[in-house]
Amino acid sequence: MSQAKVPAWVSVGLIPLLNILLAFLVSGLVFLAIGEDPIEAAGYLVYGAFGYDEGIGYTLYYATNLIFTGLAVSVAFKAGLFNIGGEGQAYIGGLGVGLLCLWFDSSLPLLVIAPLAIIGGALFGAAWAYIPAYLQARRGSHIVITTIMFNFIASSLMVYLMVNWLKAEGVMSPISRTFEESAWLPYMHDIFAPFGFDIGDSPLNLAFVLALLCCVFYWALVWHTRWGYQLRTVGTNPTAAQYAGIDNAKVTIWVMLISGGLAGLVGVNEIMGVNHNLLLNFTAGYGFAGIAVALMGRNHPIGIVLAAMLFGALYQGGAELSFEIPTITPEIVVVIQGLVILFSGALENMFKGKIEGLFLRKAAA
Amino acid sequence: MTQQTHPYSIELEGISKRFGAVQANKNIDLQVPTGTIHGIIGENGAGKSTLMSIIYGFYEADSGSISIDGQQVAIRNSQDAINVGIGMVHQHFMLVENFSVLENVILGAEGGAVLKQGMDAAREELKRLEQEYSLDIDVDAIVEDLPVGLQQRVEILKALYRGAKILILDEPTGVLTPQEADHLFRILKSLKEQGVTVILITHKLREILASTDNVSVMRQGEMVAHRETSKTDKEELAELMVGKKVRLKVNKDEAKPEQTVLSAKDLSFFDGQGVERLKKVSLELKAGEILGIAGVSGNGQSELLNVLSGITPMASGEIQFAGQTITASEPKNAAQMRDLKMAHVPEDRHKMGLVTGFEAYEAAVLGYHDSEAYNGSVLMKRSAMLEECNERMAAWDVRPPNPHLKTANFSGGNQQKIVIAREVEQNPNVLLIGQPTRGVDIGAIENIHEQIVKLRDAGKAILLVSVELDEIMALSDRIIVMFDGAVVGEVSANEADERTLGLMMANAWNEGQGAQA
Repeated sequence: MSQAKVPAWVSVGLIPLLNILLAFLVSGLVFLAIGEDPIEAAGYLVYGAFGYDEGIGYTLYYATNLIFTGLAVSVAFKAGLFNIGGEGQAYIGGLGVGLLCLWFDSSLPLLVIAPLAIIGGALFGAAWAYIPAYLQARRGSHIVITTIMFNFIASSLMVYLMVNWLKAEGVMSPISRTFEESAWLPYMHDIFAPFGFDIGDSPLNLAFVLALLCCVFYWALVWHTRWGYQLRTVGTNPTAAQYAGIDNAKVTIWVMLISGGLAGLVGVNEIMGVNHNLLLNFTAGYGFAGIAVALMGRNHPIGIVLAAMLFGALYQGGAELSFEIPTITPEIVVVIQGLVILFSGALENMFKGKIEGLFLRKAAA
Repeated sequence: MTQQTHPYSIELEGISKRFGAVQANKNIDLQVPTGTIHGIIGENGAGKSTLMSIIYGFYEADSGSISIDGQQVAIRNSQDAINVGIGMVHQHFMLVENFSVLENVILGAEGGAVLKQGMDAAREELKRLEQEYSLDIDVDAIVEDLPVGLQQRVEILKALYRGAKILILDEPTGVLTPQEADHLFRILKSLKEQGVTVILITHKLREILASTDNVSVMRQGEMVAHRETSKTDKEELAELMVGKKVRLKVNKDEAKPEQTVLSAKDLSFFDGQGVERLKKVSLELKAGEILGIAGVSGNGQSELLNVLSGITPMASGEIQFAGQTITASEPKNAAQMRDLKMAHVPEDRHKMGLVTGFEAYEAAVLGYHDSEAYNGSVLMKRSAMLEECNERMAAWDVRPPNPHLKTANFSGGNQQKIVIAREVEQNPNVLLIGQPTRGVDIGAIENIHEQIVKLRDAGKAILLVSVELDEIMALSDRIIVMFDGAVVGEVSANEADERTLGLMMANAWNEGQGAQA
């Protein structure tokens, strides 16, 4: 039995960094192939994401969604479940948020609507995750398959609801009426303005704080409660869980409820924080990107925040990049994101063995 | 193939194999005459399976040579083994369940890109083989629809189809009914008449005596004896198998058994394949005694522990414990049994007793994680857990005494101490303990045995399952022997000797009694 261990900074720092670096190197080759200077492009990307107040605001706004979905994927993963349904759960969560805002925006103040909508979004997301969770726990239907399928069902359901029930009168597109301002989650720039800070107008809103609170919730739940103890036992050694008298099926169900609830909170950011009405496709792939975020963040809240910021920066810096260099289309930006996911997610273990071996040999010597 | 003239179809010389610190095979010599049935018998861990895996190319021997029909051969993988005419029927079948018999037989020997041709040729060949060896089977049947006895026949056909002249069967009757087993032995006889050499690995003496021509006995990695079956008897074989061991000494006084605290009646259990793993097992456990359960592993002991501790539900029967009646329709799960003050040290600490990714102080509360002692209203009381873990590590001499070390990084003995301390310190009324010293170093063994006796002397009831006969004999006050899922005998510790227990474990004690009934 080997007692030697790889230093933590190697496995959580060096290896992910190397993977990202490689992704950027290959991206550089892509830029060269279309005849653009990769250094210049990288400059625009970094400047766009972090170079000025509004850019940072956008980066953090994107990161907010990714923190929610990253935590959602991660908490399920801790229990050994692969929740691919973050997209659908976020979509239905947004529906919950939207419905509550539409019902109460003219009768209740923000201080009441906000917690209601947050709980509502989480409950709707959780309810959407409940069906696959139940099918997995009691019927043995594989959760990867069912959660994927529930993304499509969510998508169709939303189209039906928007077109037939929720569309505002007198508009041609499937969007609801705009909420009264009492159901708008305050923007960060509005919050900071009275104190004399000008942080630039961006969609960044209070949901970012909610996302950070969720990170604390995740950390406390997973490592400091008996429920977290149970879910980690089920995730790492289901036989030991059975021995300990832990009901695997029950754990599966409530972990998926939490996972779906976290994903559902994307709706708070998007619907209540930014769009202020219900609309189609506001989830824009955040549910899927959450898988990469969770993988890259090593299923730890701090890692997830960092990974979410990286992806947020890619979204925002990428948009800036394709604006500054027209030959770099938004599709190329998607290619870069894809490369990051490929190298840090799918090819995560490419260098792992070699580098760990290097350190183990060094430690042994 | 030319007519064999060489007297031995397979010859081993000086085969040795070491896994880390364990010498699994030590300088093994074996000669198997052509066209005979040769039995290899031994306890668990005697090295039988390792030896057969070497012959079949799963492992390469560290030293030694293998000769087939007098020709030395190098067997590096199972394809090499097949090429020299060795076929193997594993204890756990290697069949594709949703394929037909024919498809399974030609798997890996399809013969060309177009399946149809190969299939047609195979169908002809199978017909011939079936007639030659009287192995009738419907070649178009789907394997998962067949009873296990027929599935095994498919495995045999598979080997013969590949031209096997030497057939190795590893514990072939483990999954068979007595009737199916009889049929198997008839098949093996007809194979032998056709010149096939059969090697039969088993721990069942009766089968060896009934069906083999020669028998070799293995013990602790060594080949200790070769006998002509007709010139030996079960007593001699049992003694050879178990050996005269240096008696393990445990200091303990006479037991003072008191009232019965747990009684089980007619417990039955079926595994996922529908095989009956527990056959109407009844037992009584008294306060202040250690009841040992002896048996070759895989004869129902694990299932008994799991059913008693509530991990798996029983199929039928009844357990009386702590004033409760537990039945199949009113089951209790592992957590509920724990609440009734039953503790359980599982046989496999890696698979069941610990979560190896957890830090020691976390693993030290597994099963008791819901207890008030470790929980506030919402958060777990980490400091209380750590403090208790530190105390226990000191009391049980766990090394290194670091509650933050991952359990995977402790040695086997220290891992076991963490598990036993966890269960014993809860002050249970009944302790189920499986393989308490498996993979544990000598020093720790003594310590663990002392703790078990101490618990008994404190008036607790202890059910001990171990495949180490020494351990059973040294610790137990009363011994029950299990064979094939049933209790086949009970002796008090004073009367027990290796020979009697060895015979019982091989189900050769008292003809006509026990599992066959």
